[in-house]
Amino acid sequence: MKGIGDLNMKISTIKELLNANVLCGEDLLDTQVYSACGSDMMSDVLAFVKDQAVLLTGLVNPQVVRTAEMMDIRCIVFVRGKVPDAMIVSLAKDNDIVVLTTAERMFPACGKLYENGLGGTKPLN
Amino acid sequence: MSEILKLHYDVDGDNFMAAGAASSDVKRVLRQLGIDANAIRKAAVAMYEGEINMVIHAGGGVADITVADDFIEIVLADKGPGIPDVEKAMQEGWSTAPDNIRALGFGAGMGLPNMKKYSDDMTIDTEVGVGTTITMRINI
Repeated sequence: MKGIGDLNMKISTIKELLNANVLCGEDLLDTQVYSACGSDMMSDVLAFVKDQAVLLTGLVNPQVVRTAEMMDIRCIVFVRGKVPDAMIVSLAKDNDIVVLTTAERMFPACGKLYENGLGGTKPLN
Repeated sequence: MSEILKLHYDVDGDNFMAAGAASSDVKRVLRQLGIDANAIRKAAVAMYEGEINMVIHAGGGVADITVADDFIEIVLADKGPGIPDVEKAMQEGWSTAPDNIRALGFGAGMGLPNMKKYSDDMTIDTEVGVGTTITMRINI
């Protein structure tokens, strides 16, 4: 039996669990993610390898998308009701990254995904 | 070893919002070459951190990338202030970035350590008041 942290999750499930809006990547909601991280510091995000990951953040600027792009992150969830501007969404769209927004705060948003089986990230090497 | 191609970029030091464009382009080219995904990710992250550093600390610089059969080499050169204490700069959490940069999600003192982690080999050539050249090699 799989326990917490062993499961994958469709982006559509993340959307439902967080009652999120989809800003781009509607056609990619069936994509599976295997891990997640929540951070407002992009260098901390860049420090850990992720496999098909989702990034939860309260930071809103183009470098969030650049960070996701470099790390092959599939989905960005902007928490606390933060809404990225059109330029940020467009950058994500160009890179096939799904962008979600949720009113949830960081801690409960991460908690809901973890509780439903999505794992964290593994240390590098 | 045979060289496949070389790439050159000028990194604009005045525009933090546009930082990462060179790394993004390198990643795209490496994908087109069909290079191993893990090596691409290592190269992309290492270069991206370096590119951000050049924008934050050095007013921009130049990036030269060489792709060979069995490695990717990234050389980032700037004419910034130089790094007075490299050993300290390599410590995780040590940062001299200003608060406005932290508010943008960087300056956590992870840039150089991350670059070293993702490189198979990294050398730092720096002189205070002259500039810094960082050479990173990622094996394919």
